[in-house]
Amino acid sequence: MNTRAEIVDRARALYEDLDFGSVKEWCATTGRKAVGYLPVYAPREIIHAVGMLPVGVQGGGDRLEIIRGDAFYQSYICHLPRSVVELLQSGRLDMLSGMLFPSTCDVIRNLSGMWRILRPGLYTRYCDVPQVPEAGTGAKFWRRELETLLDDLAKLAGVTPDPASLSRSNALYNEVRDVIGALYRARRDTPWKLPTEELYLILRAGEVLPPEDFIQMARDYLAVTAADDARPRDRVRVIVVGAFCEQPPLGLIKTIERAGCYIVDDDFLLGNRLLTAPVPIGGDPLTALADTFVRHAMPSSILYEHAPDGKKKLIPARVAAARADGVIFAAPSFCDPALLDRPMLRAGAEAANIPCIAFQYSENTGQFQQFREQAGTFSDSIKLWGGQA
Amino acid sequence: MELQKEMIAEHFRRLEQAPETHEPVVYTFVPGNLTELVRSFGALPLLPEINALQSGMRGMSRKYIAEAEKAGHSEDVCTYVKCDVGMIKSGNIGPTGTRLPKPDLLLLSYTGCYTFMKWFELLREEYDCPAVFLHIPYQSDGRLAPEHRQFIVDQIREKIIPALEKVTGRAYDEGKLRELLGYSRDAEDDLVAVLQTAKQRPSPIDAYFGAVYYVGPIFSAFRGTPEGAAYYRALRQEVDARVAAGQGPTTPSGRLDEQKYRLVVEGPPNWTSFHEFWQMFSDEGAVCVASTYTKVGGTYEFGFRHDPGDPIGTLADYCGGCYTNLSLPQRIDMLVNYVKDYAADGFLINSVKSCNSFSAGQLLILREVEKRTGIPGAFIESDLVDPRYFSAANIKNRLESYIQMLAARRLGGAS
Ligand code: SF4
Ligand code: SF4
Repeated sequence: MNTRAEIVDRARALYEDLDFGSVKEWCATTGRKAVGYLPVYAPREIIHAVGMLPVGVQGGGDRLEIIRGDAFYQSYICHLPRSVVELLQSGRLDMLSGMLFPSTCDVIRNLSGMWRILRPGLYTRYCDVPQVPEAGTGAKFWRRELETLLDDLAKLAGVTPDPASLSRSNALYNEVRDVIGALYRARRDTPWKLPTEELYLILRAGEVLPPEDFIQMARDYLAVTAADDARPRDRVRVIVVGAFCEQPPLGLIKTIERAGCYIVDDDFLLGNRLLTAPVPIGGDPLTALADTFVRHAMPSSILYEHAPDGKKKLIPARVAAARADGVIFAAPSFCDPALLDRPMLRAGAEAANIPCIAFQYSENTGQFQQFREQAGTFSDSIKLWGGQA
Repeated sequence: MELQKEMIAEHFRRLEQAPETHEPVVYTFVPGNLTELVRSFGALPLLPEINALQSGMRGMSRKYIAEAEKAGHSEDVCTYVKCDVGMIKSGNIGPTGTRLPKPDLLLLSYTGCYTFMKWFELLREEYDCPAVFLHIPYQSDGRLAPEHRQFIVDQIREKIIPALEKVTGRAYDEGKLRELLGYSRDAEDDLVAVLQTAKQRPSPIDAYFGAVYYVGPIFSAFRGTPEGAAYYRALRQEVDARVAAGQGPTTPSGRLDEQKYRLVVEGPPNWTSFHEFWQMFSDEGAVCVASTYTKVGGTYEFGFRHDPGDPIGTLADYCGGCYTNLSLPQRIDMLVNYVKDYAADGFLINSVKSCNSFSAGQLLILREVEKRTGIPGAFIESDLVDPRYFSAANIKNRLESYIQMLAARRLGGAS
């Protein structure tokens, strides 16, 4: 088995490769196609079922120089779409045969139309996830959307849509979510053994690796961390909320941890675990996938909250589940879903006397001093006074 | 227009008295509103965006936004939402100075704007009343797919109508709904005729600044009412008379008969300095001959009319076709066609900081429209109701330079 350093180094190399070399290599060796998707939730099972590689395009982070992307966006729009456009216009996404745009917000929605103009020949689909909770209308609508997507992608892949193949993909992505669940539980229980910086890199690898390879990597990582004899330190346990789409720079995650916090739950790359229950295997796989979304999608800022007290209860429930001491609301600047949700979520947290701080970042934020001070003071105040300073 | 003022004042009077008269009140948004359906149950619609824009025009929005930001709302989000939240926190006195009633039902028609969902989640925190949700699929493929239309129809039948029945205590009356849809269709015919008069020279209307008044009744509470239909009949007669007399519209610089530049505009206006903004155009002799903003509450000029023959299906078609629910390529086509059909000299985008639904992608829209029409466009940045983002000097400068450029092009073309 690989050592911890080898696993993390491989994940880091994948994360740092803005040219998606592993995806290009996969396409070249298998002779098959790859289809990209933007945050937050895309039904990767459908892409996989037709023999293509699902590729998460999670922005350019802090290592991508934006040369063309800024010409497409005003200063008051978040950073993610400009780095995605940069990746596109610089040819780095040329290996993709299609792109899915989940209904995360209006920025990503409008980007789907921009894509059609910028790449007229490329398959582009907007994934209008159902915002209604009814198992009848909502699931029927989403099943139909998934069916259209499956038919389109099968055509693109040159195969016939095959329910058995989709069932296998559903089962495989159940395993993916299982192993991610195991990683999150392990970090929650022993955060001193699984720094979030590493966990995050492993999850990022899952955005570009074939699912089978990711599962192996994640299991290997779990095994080496379980064997680790690191000892707990005097740190506070926090959950980081709001970073589900535009990803924070790795330096920001490190800064939070170095400032005396263990991150014990977060929203990073939320789409990879948005379904909180396994997709049932057996029966019609499209119906199973659609139903699971409608019944078991995790409450989050990208979906309408139908329960009147849902927003109020969400953070206290997450804090309790993670046995956290406090909450860091970390949202990308100009991010509608995260920032519009924040007052509601924060009110729920404060009503339950949960200490909170809030800040905004961009994926290309380079200076962390201010975050270090904020997170450091937060952690000290929790240690000294339970956050009531 | 006096008639419109009276209609609106009367509507707000009824809203204020609703707690005593027990007229049920339904909060809903402009794009994708189901006004005829709501009214067929004897309920009164109340539209939070209209309150926000009116607060902006009446100089109240700065205070309301500050109130909302003090309560933890981010500087970076839609100012309509903050203006509304601030208004509620300041006593919920509406734009006409009357107290607004609490909703009996929050009817969220999620049409073309993500923020609507959050806005209603926020409103639900303020009011203890039922909320019902209508998901309108986005026209990403440039059309409302038949299965999407069916999805909307199913939701209206299975959720929206039962919710309205429960709140109002009345049974669904399809005959009544058909009758109201007939008023809508008549008003829409007249509105389209009015907007299309801008093809004339001089244009008898300003199809951006002036037209926001014209679309007021149909976008707010008066679609599907006899008063609404009568208003548009009267408006059409008034505008036809202007055409016959060869007159231009009344603007802040007086009547604009001598129109030097014909412009198409994309994006919402700024409401806090609305007249000042308009005057910058009229001082230059520029008239707006078409705009996309006046289609947020429905696009009628391409043939859609509410159809009393298919009452629920027509509501689905209406919701799907509102401007904010159109794809970016459709929006570009629309602007290109406006420039051509209305023989415009130029086009301008007013990009508002508040609104990702409108603004994300506008720089590409600008380039594409330029490419396809051969006409350079102008790009201005402001906001809807946050006065901090209306820089009069900057905007004036930009507009003047743009007009000078159009003038130079004209000379160049003539030489
Ligand atoms: S960061 Fe927020 S606003 Fe930007 S694309 Fe993502 S969800 Fe949308
Ligand atoms: S984001 Fe735009 S469309 Fe949505 S409520 Fe605000 S101004 Fe209206």
